[in-house]
Amino acid sequence: MGMLVRLFVQTVLSAMQQMVANKVRAFLTTLGIIIGVWAITAVIAAVTALNGFVLKQFEDFGSNRIELWGQLPKKQRFSRTDWQRVRLTLSDADAIRKHAKSIEMVALTSNLRGARVRAGEVEQGGVRVSCIEPQFLDIDKRVILRGRPIAESDSTDELPVCIVNDRAIDELRLDGGGVGEYITINDRRFLIVGVMETKIMGPMFGGDDAQTEILVPFRQVYKLQGQFFWINASLKMRQGTEVEDVQEEIRFILRKHRMLKPEDDDTFEMFIFESVLRNMRAMASGLTAAASILVGISLLVGGVGIMNIMLVSVSERTREIGLRKALGANSAVVLLQFLIEAIILCLMGGLIGLLFGQLTVLGMQAAGRSSEYMSAMSSAEIPPSAIALALGFSAAVGIIFGMWPAIKAARLDPIEALRHE
Amino acid sequence: MSIRVHDLRKTYRMGSERVHALNGVSLEIKKNEYVAIMGASGSGKSTLMNILGCLDKPTSGTYELSGRLTHLMGGFELARVRNEEIGFVFQSFELLYRATALKNVMLPLLYSRKRWWGARRMSREALEKVGLGDRMSHRPNQMSGGQRQRVAIARALVNKPSMVLADEPTGNLDSVTSDEILRLFKELHDEGQTILIVTHEEDVAGHADRIIRLRDGKVMTDLPTHADPIHRAYLDRVADLAATAAQGSMGNGGPRPLEVE
Repeated sequence: MGMLVRLFVQTVLSAMQQMVANKVRAFLTTLGIIIGVWAITAVIAAVTALNGFVLKQFEDFGSNRIELWGQLPKKQRFSRTDWQRVRLTLSDADAIRKHAKSIEMVALTSNLRGARVRAGEVEQGGVRVSCIEPQFLDIDKRVILRGRPIAESDSTDELPVCIVNDRAIDELRLDGGGVGEYITINDRRFLIVGVMETKIMGPMFGGDDAQTEILVPFRQVYKLQGQFFWINASLKMRQGTEVEDVQEEIRFILRKHRMLKPEDDDTFEMFIFESVLRNMRAMASGLTAAASILVGISLLVGGVGIMNIMLVSVSERTREIGLRKALGANSAVVLLQFLIEAIILCLMGGLIGLLFGQLTVLGMQAAGRSSEYMSAMSSAEIPPSAIALALGFSAAVGIIFGMWPAIKAARLDPIEALRHE
Repeated sequence: MSIRVHDLRKTYRMGSERVHALNGVSLEIKKNEYVAIMGASGSGKSTLMNILGCLDKPTSGTYELSGRLTHLMGGFELARVRNEEIGFVFQSFELLYRATALKNVMLPLLYSRKRWWGARRMSREALEKVGLGDRMSHRPNQMSGGQRQRVAIARALVNKPSMVLADEPTGNLDSVTSDEILRLFKELHDEGQTILIVTHEEDVAGHADRIIRLRDGKVMTDLPTHADPIHRAYLDRVADLAATAAQGSMGNGGPRPLEVE
């Protein structure tokens, strides 16, 4: 055992020495492995970053979330007012609440268009005002900073209350901190009961600049907007339900509730984030798989290079092998020596590849910080598992392709080897 | 320690022909003997040396080295015997040129199961013994041929082998350096080292106490050096030539080296 350890140490040291002595040769030999490791680590870092970026946005937006809205069937022609027939209604929402087992929460929302907001002397146009059912705050993961959220009773009692984001406090110069102050929306007075955190949406959802946002109880929409308004619904799936099941359940319930005949098309449409996410993941793993094939090929080429150089090394050092055997090295020891050399060579290639990969990732991060389109890359990182994978593969290539030369060396007859010129 | 070889045979198959490189060799070498093995090429001396050095195995016959029956051993055991019992000295030194003298001498200890912690000290001692105490960190290409062979001898001695097996150790050296090396062997022998030297040069063999001559795979003669008729004839001729050169014409050149089969 002790002999193996010191043999290992000696072999590692002498292999390193040889590599330093033949820097260019070693570099060229391991080029395949360098490129392979470089590529796989960079791709994994990019895909991981992209995945994390997308996931983060979905997370912010609310995972397990479904958006639902009325939709005119495409085939038919409709008159201009038909959209009112397909618009979601309070009773649509109630039907889903009542019957859909896969849905945890439903919230109707309606965005006011071109709302004018005034607070004291300050007046702003084009402010984002949404009429929401209270559950929306939960589904959309809103955080209340001060005061209270919009409650169920606010809706049923049709109280003129609202909550604003902390951005609005600056924009509308609400010096008293918001809660308890009044603002007017489209000439109606609303009491601010709570302040929520400003939510910055990811670029994927069109959000960018933080802006003033005001939420009022859903029923206020009838007062603020008259009859020309549109209604969306945000739904939250129950944990652990299948996307397809949820979709079918909602379709079934809504078709029944809207008394559609079997031959009729759906008069609604939904968007399930989970299924998009699933496609995204499939795409990412497809990308990784494609990269893996390329990397496999380059590792194969690299391995052949290693084998070649090890064969050269064995024939160059035939006399040395003969000598070592004469001095008492048995064939297992010789095998081990050449195998370790091959592995060291490959691991060095792997480390250089990792270095290049890391440099590439640093480049990605810089690009991510400087460009809007590349912002997903700003969090690119080589995960530890990828480092382990890369080095593991390098070592495996060393073992697989170093085996034959090592066996060749181990089998040399010391007498013949010492006679070799 | 002793070497006991009985009816050693080694047969090679060359095409359809069978070649008997060794055809029944029996001999015995005791501890602290200094033996020269001589023979023309094809006499089987290389084959005998390879078998005595445990690099090769006989086709039949027995070989007992220090009580171990090596003809029954497998490759791993033979490697261990080579490591522990035999110190090789080669004609062309066989040093690792990228390593220092000290590292070269330490090489056999790398494959040894015992004695690692003293490896550096033992190697230093071996180098001091061959008179290279001040050259330890030199590489072989910074050394003369004689120094290189000394490093090789130190390497042969470092594991305290029961026998030093030297194959034409002076074959690549000039006569002055050869004498140095042979003197070194003499010293080692005086200290109790068993030495086997394979050579085809009579004056090299003359340093040994006993000469074994091989011909056609058999032992032709096995006599103490002073009783060996061929060696005595050689000495007589050298003496004659020296006398002739002393009295004869100066322009006719000095004594020419000669070889006697």
